[in-house]
Amino acid sequence: MEASKVIHAIYTDDDILMSAVKTVKAERYHIEEIYTPFPVHGLDKAMGLAPTRLAITAFLYGAVGLAVATVMMNYIMIQDWPQDIGGKPSFSFLENMPAFVPIMFELTVFFSAHLMVITFYMRSKIWPFKKAENPDPRTTDDHFLMEIAVHNNEESLTNLLKDTGAVEINIVNKDEDAH
Amino acid sequence: MEYKISNRLRTGAIILMILGVLGVGYGFMDAYSVNEDNITEFLANEDHHGDEHATESHGEEHNVSAAHAEEGHADDAHGAEAEAEGHEMTHEEHVLHQLHNRPYAALYVAAFFFFMISLGVLAFYAIQYAAQAGWSPVLFRVMEGITSYVLPGGVLVLLIAFFADSHIFIWMDENVVAHDAIIQNKSGWLDKTWFMIRGLIFLGGWSAYRHFSRKFSVAQDLADVNDNSNFKKNFRISAAFLVFYIYTESIMSWDWIMSVDPHWFSTLFGWYVFASMFVSGITVIALITIFLKSKGLLPFVNDSHIHDLAKFMFGISIFWTYLWFSQFMLIWYANIPEEVTYFVTRIEDYNLPFFGMVALNFLFPLLLLMNSDYKRIPWFVVMTGVVILFGHYLDIFNMIMPATVGDRWFIGIPEIGSVLFFGGLFMLIVFTSLGKYPLLAKGNPFMKESEHFHY
Repeated sequence: MEASKVIHAIYTDDDILMSAVKTVKAERYHIEEIYTPFPVHGLDKAMGLAPTRLAITAFLYGAVGLAVATVMMNYIMIQDWPQDIGGKPSFSFLENMPAFVPIMFELTVFFSAHLMVITFYMRSKIWPFKKAENPDPRTTDDHFLMEIAVHNNEESLTNLLKDTGAVEINIVNKDEDAH
Repeated sequence: MEYKISNRLRTGAIILMILGVLGVGYGFMDAYSVNEDNITEFLANEDHHGDEHATESHGEEHNVSAAHAEEGHADDAHGAEAEAEGHEMTHEEHVLHQLHNRPYAALYVAAFFFFMISLGVLAFYAIQYAAQAGWSPVLFRVMEGITSYVLPGGVLVLLIAFFADSHIFIWMDENVVAHDAIIQNKSGWLDKTWFMIRGLIFLGGWSAYRHFSRKFSVAQDLADVNDNSNFKKNFRISAAFLVFYIYTESIMSWDWIMSVDPHWFSTLFGWYVFASMFVSGITVIALITIFLKSKGLLPFVNDSHIHDLAKFMFGISIFWTYLWFSQFMLIWYANIPEEVTYFVTRIEDYNLPFFGMVALNFLFPLLLLMNSDYKRIPWFVVMTGVVILFGHYLDIFNMIMPATVGDRWFIGIPEIGSVLFFGGLFMLIVFTSLGKYPLLAKGNPFMKESEHFHY
């Protein structure tokens, strides 16, 4: 990998971090990643990240869940083993539909929620028992860490980051602490 | 920002009201042009009209029954004829009642619809205060404008109920009650005087809250920066009002709506009506806000405020559907005759408005407002809002009409005239009230937060 050397700038306040992100972006540097102990409102927009498409998948998964529930209830209750419940011996899906609405609703939610979580895990490349990629454990407590790739510009980048209020600046060889 | 109702708007509202009065007047004249003397003729014309569209099988049926009559004994035929005649008489009376009920019911539906919008907004406004919401204070003056219709609108609903009497509320007819054991058992509650007293108590409580919250809101504008006593008073009376409201709104919905079918009852009816008025009210807040903003009068309202209102429109539409379906499914599944008759009538005689309303109130808002970005596009919100309002008009229509006019419903001149009249009145009162004070409640301690609200 080309970008093996990265710079880690550490901040102790989210407001300072936000203004630092804006300064760094204005200088046209590419921010690789930011680690924060809590979600910082508006950080994704300031970093210039593309908006999430998770909501679209949620809708599609919900549609799949609705379809599965419809097909399933039609097969179970109408085709395979029609049952007379509460004096409604109907062999029509449409006429019995109200009874299936709770199931259709629940499966829509179930599919949407579970598949969305799985998608989120896959996109974020995390899974159970995975070793944390977090470069500095302090970012789980009260520190914020900005990671920028270095391309023979250590000096100017360090000075810039110092000016933005970073309390600590480290240059790290990414291969060494690789996964 | 100051606002004064423009002459164009006032004239427009008054023209709507005049057109409405003409429509309502025509409705009454048309309905009463049929009376005891010519009802038989009216029904014969109607049958003749029906015959033109008669299907083959319908004709065959007639032939069969005619043949059957010929075969029968003379005595039997005579008996059957007499019976048919007797039945015809009651049928005629029945139809006559339905025809005469229609203009009253049309007026009542429209009056209640516009009244419930302002009552829903009043509840929303009180929730904002009680929750000390930081996002909404920029919209408070719009809400206060809409709630100015609570008192006049409510008085009109009660007046219509008073004068329409048994045209809408069958239990107000002593002859009916005398032959009806079920209503007799409920007569302790379903009594016209007690009904009116209850209505006045509800209206008194609601408009008292509206009066004082508006007074404190205006007083807070003029108060010293460090003096939040008016805001605190508003917080307290809003919390108290919400308790009063949730009881009285529920009782009001039994009284003013559910009692038109005095044999039928549903335990979640109060919630169901509440959901309808809440979503209609929030929709009207959004529509009037977008209107005033398009005139440049609400520069402090940003698209995050519109976004939040649209989220409420979306969410409460689904909440309404949840309640509608909860009420429907349990009754449909249990299939107990005295309960299920309510929905049988609606599915058989009101199929289009009954299911059409679910599409308008659920599918449209669900699909149109699901996307986050669309919630902040004004014309999208307006379009969905118009659909939601029409859907909830139909909702009230479906609550009142089956009990009053049976299968003789139509959205014609009486209905449209009533909507025009009350719509015009609503606009006139609301926009006049909006012009009384600045559109920014600048004294509200949360105003800074609200102006900078950003989603």
